[in-house]
Amino acid sequence: MTAGTLSDTREPRPRVNTLTTGQLPRLIELWLVLASAVITGLGLLLVGFNLTGWLVLTALVYLLAIGVASGLVESRRKATDRVIRGVVTAAFLLAVAPLISTLVTVVMQGIGQLNWTFITQTGGSKFNMDTLKVVNTPGALQAVVGTLLITGIAALISVPIGILTAVYLTEYALVRSPLRRAVTFLVDVMTGIPSIVAGLFAFSLFSLIVGPKAFSGFSASIALCVLMIPIVVRSTEEMLRLVPMELREASYALGVTKALTIIKIVLRTAASGIVTGVVLAVARVIGETAPIFIAASFTDNFNANPFAGPMQTLPVLAYTGYKFPGQDIAASNASAWGAALLLVILVIIFNLSARIVARLFAPKGAR
Amino acid sequence: MSVDTASTGSSSGVGPGRPAPREGGRSPRAGRVSSTGDRIFLGLSSGSAILIMAILAGVAIFLIIKALPAITANWQTNSALSEGPTAGFPNFWAYVAPLLWGTIWSAVIALILGAPVAVGIALFISHYAPRRLAGALGYLVDLLAAVPSIVFGLWGIIVIRPFLLPLERFLNEYLGWIPLFSGEVSTTGSTILAGGVVLAVMMLPIITAITREIFLQTPRLHEEAALALGATRWEMVRLSVFPYARSGMVSAILLGLGRALGETMAIALIISPSILFSAALVTEGRNSQTIAANIALNFPIATDLQRSALIGTGLMLFVVSFGVNFLARAIVARTGPGAARRQRPAKRTA
Repeated sequence: MTAGTLSDTREPRPRVNTLTTGQLPRLIELWLVLASAVITGLGLLLVGFNLTGWLVLTALVYLLAIGVASGLVESRRKATDRVIRGVVTAAFLLAVAPLISTLVTVVMQGIGQLNWTFITQTGGSKFNMDTLKVVNTPGALQAVVGTLLITGIAALISVPIGILTAVYLTEYALVRSPLRRAVTFLVDVMTGIPSIVAGLFAFSLFSLIVGPKAFSGFSASIALCVLMIPIVVRSTEEMLRLVPMELREASYALGVTKALTIIKIVLRTAASGIVTGVVLAVARVIGETAPIFIAASFTDNFNANPFAGPMQTLPVLAYTGYKFPGQDIAASNASAWGAALLLVILVIIFNLSARIVARLFAPKGAR
Repeated sequence: MSVDTASTGSSSGVGPGRPAPREGGRSPRAGRVSSTGDRIFLGLSSGSAILIMAILAGVAIFLIIKALPAITANWQTNSALSEGPTAGFPNFWAYVAPLLWGTIWSAVIALILGAPVAVGIALFISHYAPRRLAGALGYLVDLLAAVPSIVFGLWGIIVIRPFLLPLERFLNEYLGWIPLFSGEVSTTGSTILAGGVVLAVMMLPIITAITREIFLQTPRLHEEAALALGATRWEMVRLSVFPYARSGMVSAILLGLGRALGETMAIALIISPSILFSAALVTEGRNSQTIAANIALNFPIATDLQRSALIGTGLMLFVVSFGVNFLARAIVARTGPGAARRQRPAKRTA
């Protein structure tokens, strides 16, 4: 009987799963985020709400809460781990915020400006002799034409040079040849040239050749080439490396010469990758402002001759619209935003088409 | 893959531990190299390789030729140099020194703000994000690199300047005793802090892309060994990923610094500068000017000799950023994981 009462009074030991004790529930992070968002939101409502403050406070409160909770229930090491996970995630969100903010700003500011007339009309302010007034016409035709011409010429020059250099580096040069190492190194360094220095180079070159009136679209193209060639070399080299050695060997075995093997087999296999790289390189330099501004200056006149006179481009139009506005400052700023939006749209088109090319023309069996 | 490498431009040069370069030179010589077509093609391709060296040399040479008149001129007696944008400096070096300081200072601000975030993002994408999302998230960050710098500049003017104003007032009011935040606080937000924030945003994708590649190359076995010993994810990162990627991270950050040094538009549009030595973060009108922004602002209005002075400052910028890039590449070549493997193959495999 005594034994029976003893065993009755003793409480049944709770069943403990040793694998899950000392652990926070699975969705604790989600709940804590929501909880800290609500708490800080309510707190901020009392003193005046603002979105940034709310997000930052939420993050801080969450990090504190998860740290304390995990420190109490789990261990210090796990608490550190959870806090770091939170910090790293916050870092990522922090980077996405400016991207979204930039795109939204450009669209909001530029959309009112952007219409068919803006693209097809030469804009700028003109002095009307009869009424003695400055007439401001919104328009970016001169800049669109300039951008396409300058970037087009730059691409025409740098794509062959870039691809041929990549062919030399991957197909011809011996691994330990000094020229190969020097060129690889210099291409690396060239990717780091400040864009404005490229512009100064082109200006110096042309002012020594042509004289004081050195501004021209072609000069800007040369500046862009300095920036574009290393990008093309890098991406093409990468693509040529991916071509299997067996293809080359099969070609050699059939008695095909090296040049023909490279042209017909290697380059053709890598074609879609090379095109993708080239399009991305174009998208990269089309938005360059500083070198074009230095080498081609800016103008309100329509100029489709790349070899003489200043040329307007979209990025430069955006820059001068803010920094060197005409008499009607609001109109200048507005056309700057219009140009910026147009530029972003161009860049997006180029990026998308690069992806499509990569997707459509990928060599079969590559993935 | 193609998108990543192309959009970061330089990543492949840094990424250690890539598959060893396929040794093109060892490929079968295909018997006859003597055919005319072959010789032409070889000539063309090695010619363009040499052309690249010539272009780089040309950049240096033409800048020097155009800059020399201003560097050697006597700035006090020369009428062209004693007015306009170059007025008030005894010689070229007195003109370029504060500009150089401003360039480095703004880049360092950007680096301090941006580099930790960039490494955090890289870590998030490579080791924390769900595997399926990682690719898409990486692409999102790469999109940042695709946005033209002028757009970031305009964005900085109308978004970042007012956005930072309350913070700047706060720093000035309560922390004004620190020299960095002293001075008369800006009313428009055209401060070097705002410029630095925009530069930091522009640096993010570069540093992230390179560090992400390197983080992903950490040997799987190192990571699994750490996890098997009971390490948490963060301990695994600290014990196996960071030691492996250290030199790569350093050089990625240096490359980001190189980008920030040469960035023109963000600074030119946002800060309201003057040419002097200043470390003040929250004032306007007394910010240090950067070389690139100074050129962009003054080039259209400068006379011939003044332009040559501006080109001289550009030459200095070229030298500095060349040095930074050189250092970044040298660190990778010297101490990168790839180099370690080349030197001590036995230790690695053991």
